[in-house]
Amino acid sequence: MIGGLFIYNHKGEVLISRVYRDDIGRNAVDAFRVNVIHARQQVRSPVTNIARTSFFHVKRSNIWLAAVTKQNVNAAMVFEFLYKMCDVMASYFGKISEENIKNNFVLIYELLDEILDFGYPQNSETGALKTFITQQGIKGQFQTKEEQSQITSQVTGQIGWRREGIKYRRNELFLDVLESVNLLMSPQGQVLSAHVSGRVVMKSYLSGMPECKFGMNDKIVIDKAGKGGVTNEAGKSTSGKQSIAIDDCTFNQCVRLSKFDSERSISFIPPDGDYELMRYRTTKDIILPFRVIPLVREVGRTKLEVKVVIKSNFKPSLLAQKIEVRIPTPLNTSGVQVICMKGKAKYKASENAIVWKIKRMAGMKESQISAEIELLPTNDKKKWARPPISMNFEVPFAPSGLKVRYLKVFESKLNYSDHDVVKWVRYIGRSGIYETRC
Amino acid sequence: MTDSKYFTTTKKGEIFELKAELNSDKKEKKKEAVKKVIASMTVGKDVSALFPDVVNCMQTDNLELKKLVYLYLMNYAKSQPDMAIMAVNTFVKDCEDPNPLIRALAVRTMGCIRVDKITEYLCEPLRKCLKDEDPYVRKTAAVCVAKLHDINAQLVEDQGFLDTLKDLISDSNPMVVANAVAALSEIAESHPNSNLLDLNPQSINKLLTALNECTEWGQIFILDCLANYTPRDDRESQSICERVTPRLSHANSAVVLSAVKVLMKFMEMLPKDLDYYGTLLKKLAPPLVTLLSAEPELQYVALRNINLIVQKRPEILKHEMKVFFVKYNDPIYVKLEKLDIMIRLASQANIAQVLAELKEYATEVDVDFVRKAVRAIGRCAIKVEQSAERCVSTLLDLIQTKVNYVVQEAIVVIKDIFRKYPNKYESVIATLCENLDSLDEPEARAAMIWIVGEYAERIDNADELLESFLEGFHDESTQVQLQLLTAIVKLFLKKPTETQELVQQVLSLATQDSDNPDLRDRGYIYWRLLSTDPVAAKEVVLAEKPLISEETDLIEPTLLEELICHIGTLASVYHKPPSAFVEGSRGVMHKRLPLGGDIGGSPAMGAGFGAAPAVMPASLNAPVGGGLGDLFDLGGGVGMPMGAYIPPKTVWLPAMKAKGLEISGTFARRAGVIQMELVLTNKAMSVMTDFAIQFNRNSFGLAPAGPLQVLTPLGPNQTIEVSLPLSTVGPVMKMDPLNNLQVAVKNNIDVFYFSCQYPISMLFVEDGKMERQVFLATWKDIPNDNESQFQIQDCHLNSDAASNKLQGSNIFTIAKRTVEGQDMLYMAIKLSNGIWVLAELKMQAGNPNYTVSLGTRRDGEQHY
Repeated sequence: MIGGLFIYNHKGEVLISRVYRDDIGRNAVDAFRVNVIHARQQVRSPVTNIARTSFFHVKRSNIWLAAVTKQNVNAAMVFEFLYKMCDVMASYFGKISEENIKNNFVLIYELLDEILDFGYPQNSETGALKTFITQQGIKGQFQTKEEQSQITSQVTGQIGWRREGIKYRRNELFLDVLESVNLLMSPQGQVLSAHVSGRVVMKSYLSGMPECKFGMNDKIVIDKAGKGGVTNEAGKSTSGKQSIAIDDCTFNQCVRLSKFDSERSISFIPPDGDYELMRYRTTKDIILPFRVIPLVREVGRTKLEVKVVIKSNFKPSLLAQKIEVRIPTPLNTSGVQVICMKGKAKYKASENAIVWKIKRMAGMKESQISAEIELLPTNDKKKWARPPISMNFEVPFAPSGLKVRYLKVFESKLNYSDHDVVKWVRYIGRSGIYETRC
Repeated sequence: MTDSKYFTTTKKGEIFELKAELNSDKKEKKKEAVKKVIASMTVGKDVSALFPDVVNCMQTDNLELKKLVYLYLMNYAKSQPDMAIMAVNTFVKDCEDPNPLIRALAVRTMGCIRVDKITEYLCEPLRKCLKDEDPYVRKTAAVCVAKLHDINAQLVEDQGFLDTLKDLISDSNPMVVANAVAALSEIAESHPNSNLLDLNPQSINKLLTALNECTEWGQIFILDCLANYTPRDDRESQSICERVTPRLSHANSAVVLSAVKVLMKFMEMLPKDLDYYGTLLKKLAPPLVTLLSAEPELQYVALRNINLIVQKRPEILKHEMKVFFVKYNDPIYVKLEKLDIMIRLASQANIAQVLAELKEYATEVDVDFVRKAVRAIGRCAIKVEQSAERCVSTLLDLIQTKVNYVVQEAIVVIKDIFRKYPNKYESVIATLCENLDSLDEPEARAAMIWIVGEYAERIDNADELLESFLEGFHDESTQVQLQLLTAIVKLFLKKPTETQELVQQVLSLATQDSDNPDLRDRGYIYWRLLSTDPVAAKEVVLAEKPLISEETDLIEPTLLEELICHIGTLASVYHKPPSAFVEGSRGVMHKRLPLGGDIGGSPAMGAGFGAAPAVMPASLNAPVGGGLGDLFDLGGGVGMPMGAYIPPKTVWLPAMKAKGLEISGTFARRAGVIQMELVLTNKAMSVMTDFAIQFNRNSFGLAPAGPLQVLTPLGPNQTIEVSLPLSTVGPVMKMDPLNNLQVAVKNNIDVFYFSCQYPISMLFVEDGKMERQVFLATWKDIPNDNESQFQIQDCHLNSDAASNKLQGSNIFTIAKRTVEGQDMLYMAIKLSNGIWVLAELKMQAGNPNYTVSLGTRRDGEQHY
């Protein structure tokens, strides 16, 4: 298990050092500084073995967090724990910076004592931790007996992520479907690879211990329902909506996984406030919001003509925003002339690219840019590698086609029903790595 | 006000000031002072002098102050054991506190204070806390048992804590169960045979129930524990798999990987024609792919594991090639791992895509990555025959870029392609030759020289090219020198007329001016071959070469099986068994997949025999006698399983003599194969690679039957055990003593020599049984001169036991006779070179001394 945990600043000075196991000595602190932080080379691996001691590290801005062990620990768990620790710290005091860590070092030691025991991670849900570890020192001494046992049962309980007795005057739910669409396309317009990685992010402000049920147009669920119910002659399911095939999804620990496995229904008692309910990945029938058509022509050895057409491929009533097309130019470019129909385009010598920006663009439209690139003659034999043209954008729909069908809330003990909850749903599709080779 | 100010005080006399503040009457001031002490402790200052003052602050109602004092105690108690006792009272009192948070805090902290005297006081409070009404206290106490066990294992056993811990597996609270499982698993690791966890279908059921309810971390503990269980049949295996698969959708990657481990292991037991088996295979791919969208550090862990999974079960991810395509912004460690997996997944179906990608990568910035990409193109060519031509042309394109390291890497892989597909792509040689001057790395130079030598007849100016290398012969690395020597000899054999002078030159350079024995030896061999029998030389030097294998860097199957059992852990990241990097007894236990066949088992047996100080008569300093004496071994019990005698390992080559490489070893005969078992230890500061071994000619023609299998570089202070199968068909030369063996071991640093003596018994072959009649006839045939006698003293075995024992070493009893209270055993031994040795063993009841008469028909042989 984890033998010790160290936090360093960018210079390699120790800010926090907590040793859990006897086999980790003080020299381990220095070994990591000398061999990793002060190493001349770029870091080649997040796991380093120095003199039979293994160091796992992650970096947050210029702070190094390192977990140390001499045993055959579960490596995935160690990294998950380090990320979790960053989350916990961030939720207590914001950004993880040298200043914040120094300001809160007593708190951090307290947290480390609680969430890691003899190197075994314990409950690290901030919802639970905040009931008895606070920045104003520890509660505890003023608590009643009931409060104390409530804390302990929550920390060890099945629902460690939510405390009892939460009350809101207005019960509200915000649900964001955030997708990033990734594409690699050949110059001829053939899709080499495309996938959507999506997240369902929630903010819940609900009283009591509500039971939630979330439904989406998952193909497997809808097909099942379709089989049981009436199907029309086209064989489509009765719901009439299109369904999507989800390759894989993972859930927040509040979701009952065995229920998902058997019935494919997503039910859970939500944490309070912000959390990520699920992540998913799709690769089939993706709506590619934009198509990029490049045309590069070499005119002699000192000139390039580039023409790029972009076409928006979604409902005309919708608007895409923050569109940016990045056209790479050779290293020996001496001058560029650009003409574009819409938006603004600039040659940025420092980035070796022409950057074309369009604020808004409706669906089913087309726009074009043409550029003449003048080149300095070089004797460099290495050919220009022609990096791909990349694109950024934001669209108000989910490129995977995912639709939220329902989000029901049940709270049996308190007197509010599903209808009383105000629900907000939003879809945002962004570009991930969206590239077209030219 | 913030806490950062505590970090700033660095004045002299600080300790003195702190002391005053700690003893202040004001509570606030005390707390401030303790905070300062903790801050100093963090940055590594020694504040142990304040021990009594800090401990004095322990008696407080302020929980925050208490926690700080505890933190201090944990750090310094060990260095001040006597004063730490002062804290005991408070601990014991706190363990009775009405507030469960304080009870838990006390028991948690006490376990971290590693002072023997304190552990005694810990027992009673711990016992109470293990049965506390509050689950928070119980879950803390469960971990405390593991802490206590780490300090004093005997105490934990004596106090019966292990049983209490086992009871907690049935606790109603899932977190208590999870911590109890974690604690028990850790304790069980240091008692490999204790069956502590006692996993059975009932307890497994309890664990699987708790799995659905506990925290993400608890799920990991439980899954890792489940992975150690071996289901009784395929039914049970399937039902566990069914209950574990939902975990594959967990957001925590460690939960997913641990679930994958359980499934990969239990799948072994499922019949392949089962529908469920196919379903399970399909279910594994998506979560593995999803792991690749995690943070980069986790991606790295996942990729290292996927690398293992792909080797074990390629079918799982064979359609997922695309997800391993490298992204421009991936950190370098992710890129390199992805590349590795891409090559493993490359097949005829996807090779076009893979090649297109690899070509893109070869134009990237990072040198290591580009090199690996170029090498990968070569490996694709060797793996997928249909793609070879495309790969070669891609490599040629890359050579045209003239980027130095790309060219060198390309030439190295093209050499391999030539070996795999001889006489197919020679047209590219001209292009390669153009780049001769830019090659400055030994591997690339050696590869190029090999190509020139191999295809000397088609390269018009081969002699000029090779001659140009010869100028700086002594500055080249050994690799290049050896290759150059061979290449020029090849050239000479192909074009004898023009190159006589050249070959003379290289032979004299190699044999007369070189200090390198390898080079000298090879030089002499060629020289003699060429001067005595040019035809034979041709047959040797221009012999057809064995094909090279398709897959490189595959992990050896038994290691792979073990690593699969360690999915998710450090072992799977390092691709090394835990024993290679974990000290002490922990993790030394080798894990194995179920139904994986029974491997090994015998090494321990040999060790059981121990040393054999049989006293031999001084006049007969015969190693055979020595060997036989060893075989009897006084210590060995009669009831022991019989196996061939294996002498204990001795140091053959001390580190002092071999620039830090220490070699110890022994010989054994296992399943009819003679094994040389070596332990290589690197005691130098630098990494050792490129191990190779050679034997000098010896009495029984022993020779390595394969290369020395040291696949990974040997880091400083690492030890590796290898066993080298030996054949007995090598060149023969009589040695003195007869069983002397001269060995040369080479690595990247130098070549080292040592000699060792092997027990003759390992040459005794399994079919050494002889018909009685034949035995009699042979016995009579032996001339008297060829007989010898000696005594073995202090042997307390009866004749049957002795006979049994000797049979284990392939010494067969042909007949037994009892004459005048003496047992006479007649035995036969057949040596690997076909010589029979017959023996008569006289033993007298009550007399521990045996008389052995040895005879053999062939002259001279029994002088040993």
